[in-house]
Amino acid sequence: MDTNFAQRRRRDLIVAACLAAIAALVPLFVKDVYVQNIMVLTLMYAALSQSWNILSGYCGQISLGHALYFGLGAYTTALLFTKFGVLPWFGMLGGGLISAIIAMALGYPCFRLRGHYFVIATIVIAETALLLFQNWDWAGAALGIDIPVRHDSWLTFQFTRSKLPYFYFALVLACIAWFVTWWLEDSKWGYWWRAVKDNPDAAESLGVVVFNSKMGAAAVSAFLTAVGGSFYAQFVSYIDPESVMGFQFSLLMALPAVLGGIGTLWGPVLGAVILIPLTELTRSFIGGSGRGVDLIVYGTLIVLISLARPEGLVGLFSRRRKEATR
Amino acid sequence: MTAETIIQSLASGLLMGLLYGLIAVGLALIFGLMDVVNFAHGEFLMIAMYATFFLFAFFAIDPLLAAPLVAAALFVFGAVVYLLVVRFAVRAKANAGMVQIFSTFGLAIVMRGLAQFFFTPDYRSIAHSWLGGKTISIHGIFLPVPQLVGALVSIAAFGALYFFINRTDFGRALEATREDAGAVALVGIDKNKVFALGWGLGAALVGLAGAVMAMFFYIYPDVGASFALIAYVTVALGGFGSVFGAFAGGIIVGLVEASTALLLPPSLKSVGIYAVYLLVVFIRPRGLFGSI
Repeated sequence: MDTNFAQRRRRDLIVAACLAAIAALVPLFVKDVYVQNIMVLTLMYAALSQSWNILSGYCGQISLGHALYFGLGAYTTALLFTKFGVLPWFGMLGGGLISAIIAMALGYPCFRLRGHYFVIATIVIAETALLLFQNWDWAGAALGIDIPVRHDSWLTFQFTRSKLPYFYFALVLACIAWFVTWWLEDSKWGYWWRAVKDNPDAAESLGVVVFNSKMGAAAVSAFLTAVGGSFYAQFVSYIDPESVMGFQFSLLMALPAVLGGIGTLWGPVLGAVILIPLTELTRSFIGGSGRGVDLIVYGTLIVLISLARPEGLVGLFSRRRKEATR
Repeated sequence: MTAETIIQSLASGLLMGLLYGLIAVGLALIFGLMDVVNFAHGEFLMIAMYATFFLFAFFAIDPLLAAPLVAAALFVFGAVVYLLVVRFAVRAKANAGMVQIFSTFGLAIVMRGLAQFFFTPDYRSIAHSWLGGKTISIHGIFLPVPQLVGALVSIAAFGALYFFINRTDFGRALEATREDAGAVALVGIDKNKVFALGWGLGAALVGLAGAVMAMFFYIYPDVGASFALIAYVTVALGGFGSVFGAFAGGIIVGLVEASTALLLPPSLKSVGIYAVYLLVVFIRPRGLFGSI
């Protein structure tokens, strides 16, 4: 596009590199394990929300069933490791590929659906998978899988003494998800997706292959989400269907993007940085004994943001930016 | 599996299905009126159940008598939710679809949190209502009385709704607004008033369902979540916006659920409903009776 756009893209890349570098230094000063734990989760949700954003934000196909891919990633890694001794790194790759293939197989019939019929189909499919996993004895059924700790190493991707390796991996994951989005934004795929989102009929008539662009978005989005799921399985070393495939994960993946700005490059990052620490802190400080205060804070925030700033919080920055360039 | 067990479960499935229809019809009504899906619908059901419970616990009002009171309270609640939240959500220019989904989702989360805060996550049930725990037997088929009465309430409610939409002034205003909200303003109908009344009516219907459900189901903060998905499937199966579709969809869902429970382990009974939903929309992307 114009030079302004190219400039903005270059600046985005530089800002991202700086932020990543700063983030990498934070653990040198923050030794508290509780805070480190929150940072790992924040980075993980930034990555997950960025992945969700590719299909739902850029391509406009609102999925509330991404817990399916998250769970498939977690289960593939855990099952391959506990049943066959396959290293988590291969499980991660395998889980990603399986999820991408399943996303396309499901997309084949689902992408003909529009609006709420599509959204409900995504919820229904993820819930079905949840029920099947809860009844699948070989995979631990409702009890789930306890991932045995062999020894602390990068080879088995298990660390019991320190959270730092998880932190750095989550940081890399968030950077990869961001970079993939950045790269796709300016590719032919990015343009197709925006055309499909804005007006599928017009896009079709202009020769955009609507169906294929949706399939592409689904595959990339599912792959990255599953890698996040594999990471989570290693991080918590215990998974069960409800905790990795439950509906709340589908929602949790979507919310940072909703808060920060759907279909924007920085929205998921900004949203995760605000939302995840806020949730974790309210949960531990006032939400004790399941009294639901965290839910009240969380829900109110979502209602207020979607009503007052439908374009997300990044809108605050871009408006200022526009005024500055004027 | 004998013929008797099959008839027995289909009969219970039919009763439950009629109730699913009643739970779902408010959702269909609101969608038909203004193309908005209320993702807090399950939580509307939840507060209706709590309202019934507390009317029983504190004032010893039987759920059967409480039902109209709860419906009236939910009517007010629904109208207030429209005026305070949804009215602004539908105005959004950016990400309109997302705003609708997540503003009502956020509302659902708040309501669940408030229920946990004020009512605790404990499971509650109404112990000795007039009908609770009673069954009647027709030719060896046992029917639980609360569900049977619920099914009758549902049929009556659908009948009344049909009359209301087709025979009253407000019903005509509702119908006209759903067809062309811009044009009705020209003949002096206040669009906001109609939408608020529509939300009230939709909430009152789920309130009625909640009062009936409270007679035989546990009441807890997440109870809505278990029925919300069934309600969305019911509405989508029938075709979004079709009131008759919700009725038919409810019956189908109830029967499919009962049949699945006969064939698969009980924990998988919802899989049948989900499979039928997917099958139907893959063949008819607008649901069975959806016109738009």
